[in-house]
Amino acid sequence: MTPSDRDATGLLTRPDHFVQLVSPTGERRADPEYDPWVADVDTDALARLFRDMAIVRRLDAEATALQRQGELGLWPPLAGQEAAQIGSARALRDDDFVFSSYREHAVAWCRGVGPAELLTVWRGSAASGWNPFEHAMAVPQIIIGAQALHATGYAMGQKWEGSDAASIAYFGDGATSEGDVNEAFVFAASFDAPVVFFIQNNQWAISEPVGLQSKQHLARRADGFGMPGIRVDGNDVLAVLAATRIALDRARRGEGPTLIEAVTYRMGPHTTADDPKRYRTDDELADWRTRDPLARVLALLAATGADADALEREVAEEARAAAAELRAAVTTIPDPEPMSVFDHVYAEPNTHLARQRDHYARYLAMYDETDAAASGAEGGAR
Amino acid sequence: MTALTLGKAINEGLRRSLASDDRVVLMGEDIGTLGGVFRVTDGLKAEFGPNRVVDTPLSEAGIIGTAVGLAYRGFRPVVEIQFDGFIYPGFDQLVAQVAKLHYRSRGNVRMPLTVRVPFGGGIGAAEHHSESPEAYFAHTAGLRVVACSNPADAYVMIQQAIASDDPVLFFEPKRRYHVKGEVDLTASLADAKPMGLATFIAKGDDVTLVTYGALVQTARDAAVAAAEDGVSIEVIDLRSLAPIDYESIAASVRRTGRLVVAHEAGEQGGLGGEIIAGITERCFDYLEAAPVRVTGHDIPYPPAKLERHHLPDLDRILDGVDRVLGRPNSLSGVEVGAR
Repeated sequence: MTPSDRDATGLLTRPDHFVQLVSPTGERRADPEYDPWVADVDTDALARLFRDMAIVRRLDAEATALQRQGELGLWPPLAGQEAAQIGSARALRDDDFVFSSYREHAVAWCRGVGPAELLTVWRGSAASGWNPFEHAMAVPQIIIGAQALHATGYAMGQKWEGSDAASIAYFGDGATSEGDVNEAFVFAASFDAPVVFFIQNNQWAISEPVGLQSKQHLARRADGFGMPGIRVDGNDVLAVLAATRIALDRARRGEGPTLIEAVTYRMGPHTTADDPKRYRTDDELADWRTRDPLARVLALLAATGADADALEREVAEEARAAAAELRAAVTTIPDPEPMSVFDHVYAEPNTHLARQRDHYARYLAMYDETDAAASGAEGGAR
Repeated sequence: MTALTLGKAINEGLRRSLASDDRVVLMGEDIGTLGGVFRVTDGLKAEFGPNRVVDTPLSEAGIIGTAVGLAYRGFRPVVEIQFDGFIYPGFDQLVAQVAKLHYRSRGNVRMPLTVRVPFGGGIGAAEHHSESPEAYFAHTAGLRVVACSNPADAYVMIQQAIASDDPVLFFEPKRRYHVKGEVDLTASLADAKPMGLATFIAKGDDVTLVTYGALVQTARDAAVAAAEDGVSIEVIDLRSLAPIDYESIAASVRRTGRLVVAHEAGEQGGLGGEIIAGITERCFDYLEAAPVRVTGHDIPYPPAKLERHHLPDLDRILDGVDRVLGRPNSLSGVEVGAR
């Protein structure tokens, strides 16, 4: 059975099927359907996935620290979701296009987004940190689920152009209650749009448990829309890679969208402004700590005879360097010029805004002159 | 010149845009096979194919949200919202995404969407089919808002809206879809009047009457009626609701000293208040009287048999003109017939 064989795989999600290729303790689990999709992942490739995850975990911790130190206004940590993001993003081609929410820092890392670009928004210095077309990744979406429609429309365009590239929409379990996400499912299915809907079910939408969003596994939502749903261990980077490759393959073959539910956990707060102690228990956190996405890869590498200790040391050093680079980058982000507040509202000249801009420039200039005069007077007095 | 209805003029404008730019795609409910409930897109699917003229599922957020994705991909989507009152499910995508993406992306992502909205009342329709929601969009930074009033303008303005790199809400006066006018189908867009500028429909000296959409024709009729009464009204078709062409209005008000703004939309938070404030700021010393608004009431759009009590008509506009002239009017307490 090949995964793109619609009759064999069926469009119906198998509710009991939870794709896991590496157990939490690092045992490789055979899966005849998914194994072929990661047959190329040798020890070196697995080590590279570990490296990605370790570095983004360190970058994420550093960004949280930068927020605590007042260098960032806010930071939404990804801790715990490294495998879901790295596994899916490493399945993408450069010409695929990513539409994400605000927590996909690891995806951005995979798309080559630089440290200053990553932090610009969270420092409050600009409305976005990177040019979407340089990284084939839209800038973060704050409205929950809105990007699912953008990914779908983009994919419709890819298909109409005859491209075999795909798009991927990242959103969370909370977003599955939004109209936009459900409407995206309808459009994607109707137009066979080459889009992957990648849910990171991290169990919590700020304080609301996933049970408030859905009475059944989110992957099963796919059935009603006429697309396949895959429920995958989101803390298993190998399984996520396989599932995303399958979905992308379907998309490239013109078979339309796939819904992936990556079951993971947000180990940290929703953002640095959140206090998860108010809504979840230490026991729950401890339980999820035993399913850590990094530890299992290290254990698997050790079991296959790789020098896991050396790798861990090596990668830790790389991660430290990346964190230092991130820390150094934050102060290089320029403070915006006051008049730039008017920039890019419109692509074309706009008489109304031009007038407002001119008025405000004159207002600012008035104070500049006052300041200059005041400092001049002070200077004279001295 | 060719005599066309307003609806057909838009159809021809869409056809020319589709033919001249293969990145233009039309999307909406019933716009393909049926040709739209008002037949504005009639024949276009047959001519350009189902990937250029796309019948979509019934989801306004879906239409606008996927159009955003298509714009990301470099397309130039032209979206039809079937009726004015159906736009609200798409409101979030319009206000939170379409309007802001150019700003959010620091100019990297353009949103050259055109959102066509048949608007306004006077057709005896069911609820949600006769509304005037333009002020919501005029209030939203990042959007341009225009309203056409006649076939010649409609033909040119729809092409200008599609060619614009900014998102444009394009309001079509649905009760004037069947009004005919002369259209120059060969006219060059480069020479056309920019859609941001207002048009003087009738010259006059006593009162400046500003309106847009379906009421432009009513205002012109009012000017004719007033002339018989010795009052000279200058009628301005606003055309662009955001930004507003204050220069044209101010030039007129500096001559007339009196301003009336008429629209079907309700008074509170409407464009009338905005225009009057903008003109008062610019022309206070020229005003001979407090400017006057003639608008729909601040009520939900009423049932068909009551809509004539809601929509400003010729008599209500003339009553507003009387008020700004200080003549006996509905607010001065003079009984009907006494004037």
